[in-house]
Amino acid sequence: MTADSRKTARLAALFLLGWVLFNYPMLSLFSLNRLVFGIPPLYLYIFSVWVFMILAVALITRIKDNTPDDRR
Amino acid sequence: MLETATILFFSFGYMGFLFAIAYIGDKHADMGRSIVGNPYIYALSLAVYCTAWTFYGSVGRAVRDGPGFLTIYIGPTLMAALGWLILRKIIRISKIHHITSIADFIGSRYGKSTILGGVVTVIAVLGIIPYIALQLKAISTSYLVIQGYPEIVMPRNFAKIPVLQDTAFYVSVLLAVFSILFGTRHLETTERHEGLVAAIAFESIVKLIAFLSIGIWITYSLYNGFGDLFEKIRSEPEFRRLLVMENRPGAYIDWGIYIFLSMTAVIFLPRQFHVAVVENINEDHLKKAVWLFPLYLLAINVFVLPVALAGLLEFPPGVVDADTFVLTLPMAVHQEELALLAYIGGTSAATGMVIVETVALSTMICNELVMPVLLRLPFSKISQRGDMSGLLLSIRRSGIAVLLLLGYTYFRFIGEYYPLVSTGLVSFAAVAQFAPAILGGIFWKRSTRLGALWGMVAGFLVWAYTLFLPSLVQTGLLSSEFVTEGPWGIALLRPFQLFGLEGFNNVAHAVFWSMFVNLGGYIGVSLFTRPSPMEHTQAALFVDVFKPREEFTWRRTASVPDLKSLLERFLGEQRTRELLSQYADSRRLDWEKSLTADDDLISYAEKLLSGAIGSASARVMVASVVKEESLGIEEVMNILDETRQVIIYSKELERTTAELKAANERLQELDRLKDEFISTVTHELRTPLTSVRSIAEILYDTEDIDPDQHRQFLGIIIKESERLTRLINQVLDFQKMESGRMEWQIQEVDLCEVVSDAVSRTDQLVRDKGAAVRIHQPEAPMPKIPGDVDRLIQVMLNLISNAVKFCDEDRGRIDITLSHANEKVRVDVQDNGIGISPEHQKRIFDKFHQIRNVNKTRPSGSGLGLSISRRIVEHHGGVIWVESEPGAGSTFSFELPVREASDAG
Repeated sequence: MTADSRKTARLAALFLLGWVLFNYPMLSLFSLNRLVFGIPPLYLYIFSVWVFMILAVALITRIKDNTPDDRR
Repeated sequence: MLETATILFFSFGYMGFLFAIAYIGDKHADMGRSIVGNPYIYALSLAVYCTAWTFYGSVGRAVRDGPGFLTIYIGPTLMAALGWLILRKIIRISKIHHITSIADFIGSRYGKSTILGGVVTVIAVLGIIPYIALQLKAISTSYLVIQGYPEIVMPRNFAKIPVLQDTAFYVSVLLAVFSILFGTRHLETTERHEGLVAAIAFESIVKLIAFLSIGIWITYSLYNGFGDLFEKIRSEPEFRRLLVMENRPGAYIDWGIYIFLSMTAVIFLPRQFHVAVVENINEDHLKKAVWLFPLYLLAINVFVLPVALAGLLEFPPGVVDADTFVLTLPMAVHQEELALLAYIGGTSAATGMVIVETVALSTMICNELVMPVLLRLPFSKISQRGDMSGLLLSIRRSGIAVLLLLGYTYFRFIGEYYPLVSTGLVSFAAVAQFAPAILGGIFWKRSTRLGALWGMVAGFLVWAYTLFLPSLVQTGLLSSEFVTEGPWGIALLRPFQLFGLEGFNNVAHAVFWSMFVNLGGYIGVSLFTRPSPMEHTQAALFVDVFKPREEFTWRRTASVPDLKSLLERFLGEQRTRELLSQYADSRRLDWEKSLTADDDLISYAEKLLSGAIGSASARVMVASVVKEESLGIEEVMNILDETRQVIIYSKELERTTAELKAANERLQELDRLKDEFISTVTHELRTPLTSVRSIAEILYDTEDIDPDQHRQFLGIIIKESERLTRLINQVLDFQKMESGRMEWQIQEVDLCEVVSDAVSRTDQLVRDKGAAVRIHQPEAPMPKIPGDVDRLIQVMLNLISNAVKFCDEDRGRIDITLSHANEKVRVDVQDNGIGISPEHQKRIFDKFHQIRNVNKTRPSGSGLGLSISRRIVEHHGGVIWVESEPGAGSTFSFELPVREASDAG
């Protein structure tokens, strides 16, 4: 498995995880009528997952890519 | 104090600034110092996704539906993760094939189809016009709102404002000018516009800063942070619903469908495709952009809810349109600078979208709609026109103007009935129709043009029925019963509850049904149709873009001047020369000198043209100058057909293997023959040598020897020595002939003399064997021929001694017949010997070939006689052959031309 296809596989898996985290039923667990740290839990949850997704994508794409790339 | 003059000053000042940035960007690009060639600018240009809808509409949507507005930004975040898989592939493909738009991409993928490109263009234009109108509406509304400062008045009924007093009209004109200046400055084979990208990136910064400033100020100045806002809103029970998911059955399904919708939109909206794919400078920029872009989206969304909640708390219900909260909140608390910033931010969000969208759409209209039609119209004579680049540019410029005019018209007559968000989602649902054809197109080779066509058309029709037609109801063009009762009162056909599907939001409902028929049509029709050879080729090129490219051999040729003038017509003379010399340099060719373009050059030219006029039109134009050698396009495509190619390869391989095997066998055979020859020759040499030596020894050892016997022994020695000399001479002769160093003495030769000379020389040999030779010659004198007497005698000697060798002892008869006909003289040497089997007849003249006797003893002679004879005859321009039946004797014949003297060598 090349570095490139490893990267693709990881990102695809991350996408699937993100899809589940951003949808029913995960969302329903946080759709609560109260505040956590002064913020509605649904928003707190969504924005946390969002930050997680950005960090994860950044980390995965930063991994050194050893395959030579001839297109510039 | 916000005077109208101030507002206008800032509005036009901002636009002027934008012009300056674009101008600088283009100047830098011209000098080869790109200022947009980095991942940050690339990510910022992707943020053209955030339009006035984001800037104003998100707040409005948050007020209506609560968290639902986030789906539009969650989708792109998820898509970013797939960007490496999908977007990178699309970018790679587009670079290789010089794709200029999403319509070009789909058309090109399905066999460079003109129809498909046209359909995509029509769908995109119809789907996007409302979206453009929405931006104009946002600009117009925000201007009217801020102009009312310090009063907060909601503008109503735009249609009553005269066109010439409508800011939106002037903004439209300015945007058209901008797009024309920086989007169609000159015709480029790559369709990249660096100035435009620079301006878009700048606008992305402006709208982000504006929104963040307002959000931070509202949250932390007007209120005491998030906690304070949420506490306050929770004290109002009717607003609590905004903090949780909507409490209705289809809410989560709507949510999922919206995410899907925005995932497709972030790549397949024409403007997104343009900035993400066409304007992409370096594929590696994607690496950073896939997380920078979601970060941007996150940042611009953090304060949406606080602004919405603040607006709800600040204004009495129903007085102020929630879509304007971003602007009206700073106005309400008399923050003039913030209000102005909000106004500029909203304008930048709207203008960025309009600029890129019109440039992208005008390219599509020009390349996929207008040009194919013009090129095909017989009476337009366009294909004979000289320089086309001017025409192309004017088509695009008119396209931009028409698009803005349409957008403005739509906004004036229909747009005002719709809130910002709904219009945007309607457009999203339209471009989502491209998703199956594109995603299927880059991963599924078997998909066909008809599948894509049927899927998209069906999906689009459902979209039009479930979203577009109902929008006409609100304008009064259709009666409201169409929506409430269904057409002709058929409840199952109600556009918002098609086939009784209820509980969905209008858009989600439309997306479900349109994607259902789209995917169904795409997959179903693909499975039941066969891709044409051209589709097959394109499919392989698209799907396997990351695999090492196979070089297909196309048998196409074209004249270089033809090809050059074709390029010149579309790209201009200078650019053509540059591009062609680039090509020549990269391949170390001198194209000026060669007159015939090979397929490689033709493909290169076609790709360059694709960049200017789209793949489908480029194909038509190139075909007009290309000659397809002997094979028609169908056959060529068939060769490209993968399976066929495999079969052809394997057959070729088999054939080559067989040839190699045969050659190898032949070599081995020759090797064996050579070994045999050497052993024969050495044996032949040894026999006389041995007898000479033994006789010499006898003479040496025996002192008193009878003089008669002495003489006899010496006679044997002489005879054996002569035999040795003859053998060695033969080998030397042969070697001379082989290497071409033989000296020939050509003179007039009488073949009768040659024959009788040879017969008399072999007289002893024939008599020893008890055979008889008879010569038959015609009564008329034989014509003389040019030739080498000694060599021809050698041929006769060989044939006679050969005949003698295979004659039966004492019963041998050799008939030599001379004849002449058709300027040729012929000699037949017939014997009544054992004959030669057919397999030996074929090779009897080969060197080293010897016929073994039946009892497998070594044959006499060197095996060179016949081979030498053949060479001599061939040197005289004649032929030699044998006819024989085993047991019935054989006839050796040769024919020599009378006049045709061979070259004296």
